[in-house]
Amino acid sequence: MTTSNVSPTVSSASPSGTALGEIPLPAPAWSRVTRRLFGHRGLAIGLIVVGLAVLIAIFAPLLAPHDPYHQDIANRMVPPVWHAEGSWEHVLGTDKLGRDTLSRLLFGTRISLTIGLVVALISGVIGTTLGVLAGYFGGRVDAVISYIITTRLAMPVVLVALALASLTGGSLTTVILLLGLLLWDRFAVVSRSVTQQMRDAEYVYAARTLGCSLPYILLREVLPNIAGSLIVVMTLEMAHAILLEATLSFLGMGVQPPLPSWGLMVAEGKAYMFFQPWVIAIPGIALFVLVLAINLLGDGLRDLNAPGGRN
Amino acid sequence: MSAHSTTEVAGSRPALEIPDPSMAPRTARASTPALELCGLSKTFTLGAGLFKRGRTLGAVSDVSLRIPRGQVMGLVGESGCGKSTLAKMLLGLTTPSDGDVLVDGKPLRGANQKALARHIQPIFQDPYSSLNPRKRIAQIVGLPLQVHGIGTSRERAARVAETLDVVGLPRRAADQFPGQLSGGQRQRVAIARALIMRPDIVICDEPTSALDVSVQAQILNLLLDLKAEFGLTYLFISHDLAVVEHLVDRVAVMYLGRIVEEGTREQIFGSPRHPYTRALLDSALTPEPGLGVPDIGLGDAMPDPSDPPSGCAFHPRCPKAQALCRQTRPRLEDIQGDNARVACHFA
Repeated sequence: MTTSNVSPTVSSASPSGTALGEIPLPAPAWSRVTRRLFGHRGLAIGLIVVGLAVLIAIFAPLLAPHDPYHQDIANRMVPPVWHAEGSWEHVLGTDKLGRDTLSRLLFGTRISLTIGLVVALISGVIGTTLGVLAGYFGGRVDAVISYIITTRLAMPVVLVALALASLTGGSLTTVILLLGLLLWDRFAVVSRSVTQQMRDAEYVYAARTLGCSLPYILLREVLPNIAGSLIVVMTLEMAHAILLEATLSFLGMGVQPPLPSWGLMVAEGKAYMFFQPWVIAIPGIALFVLVLAINLLGDGLRDLNAPGGRN
Repeated sequence: MSAHSTTEVAGSRPALEIPDPSMAPRTARASTPALELCGLSKTFTLGAGLFKRGRTLGAVSDVSLRIPRGQVMGLVGESGCGKSTLAKMLLGLTTPSDGDVLVDGKPLRGANQKALARHIQPIFQDPYSSLNPRKRIAQIVGLPLQVHGIGTSRERAARVAETLDVVGLPRRAADQFPGQLSGGQRQRVAIARALIMRPDIVICDEPTSALDVSVQAQILNLLLDLKAEFGLTYLFISHDLAVVEHLVDRVAVMYLGRIVEEGTREQIFGSPRHPYTRALLDSALTPEPGLGVPDIGLGDAMPDPSDPPSGCAFHPRCPKAQALCRQTRPRLEDIQGDNARVACHFA
């Protein structure tokens, strides 16, 4: 879809150059995979940033210089290190309760990635099930499921999530459940249309002729062929869910204090944004970079998955 | 997977037998046709809404055919005449609206799909669509055995290798994906999948129309060899008369869901009786250069099957049509002493 990946200089000019060098290339098949992944500039950037985020989330306790929950009233609103009054003690400064911003940011990666991943899994299961059934059976099943999809599409996600969160009270679990139950629409739409094309494939007929069970046909014949499209949707929905969590937390209906959610950090800092702008700029930038990287990853995967994008 | 279990897989044919009350044993009398279609019909409802009644489309109407064991029956007709719907009914992919199919003299209606699969297997038209692109050839060819729970995985692998030999594929093809094979090789894979369970009847739905001409002949010869080797019975569906003539014992000509003429290859190709058969034969391209595409004298395209012409469905395109043809539909009558049938008032 993009034309950037046809340029022969891309692989050498791309920031993946170092990463490519680090990866051992034992087998030609593996090198083909890496070349495919890193030959696409956007995909390479996305992959590296998301990979870093995952590593940070896993090793947050080792990386964080302070306890993200430790309050130090004597050191409130310390500016970041590049500021005249900043210190290396708190590299990214502290918030209004004296908690270390860098530590909270690192631990916040866990919350964002967990939400993105679990929400994408829940909504993926719901949406794919509905979409595959609608696409495979067509007729009345399709009519009913299409109606459900349309109903869902007609609902504004943020408003519905806000309303429900205010009823149930916000927490990490409710945010994950709410978003998981709301964000399945794209999975359903995509899997439905791809399955429709597959329903009349002769290999599906061949399996039916053999007397294969319906679950076998759907899981083993249809699903592997739509998995590529679904992985792309999954990355995009992860980014979507991370942003929505930040939105809900910012509005006070999402993750509750003192958890170090990036959206919550922005919300807590909004009173200081004119005089200590870094308090909201730092978590805001982190959010922006992660969501951008996941979107780049998704776009890149879509390009690779597109017909003709394989070679 | 299957309730049936068979321990022995190697070699002989009876090893693959499953006792099944709904299907006849293979030792049926030679006089029983391998496949018999009795008044088989399929109608579809078009454009039906919540409050309106749809039109009915007779895709296949009252088709009766007998295919003797070990013979090849060709089924020819234009696209859209119902050939593929007929094939789907025989394969159990759609249920007939009316009529019945007898396999070895036993009705297909109510038989379970797995039992049916042991007797009838398909070879589809498009080898690019008939093989799952995400599976290896060994998995594709071995799928019938796996689904039916035949043999251990080692025995299945041996059987797959043996079947690949039979259809003339190199053994290394087993580890490849369909995308790595040519069209002809893919069709050989499809044939291997159809034959691995040693069915009696193979429904070939235009098996060569998606292939290059040079490859077509190879596949046709392979089909003929396999028929001789395994004693297969074919229903060979095609719109290509040249292909049919090469292969078949008998031919049935289909027009707008009905059989209009049926006879031996010599009768149909030598002295066709129905004007439609004649037009089809005239439409076959000649190899001489400069003649161009022949005018088949049929004028318009096929009429709308949901609104078929009155009387004989062929009359709007028939050079011999008369008043009678517009009013009464000719029945498919036996031609005395000729073992052939034709549906025309003036044949």
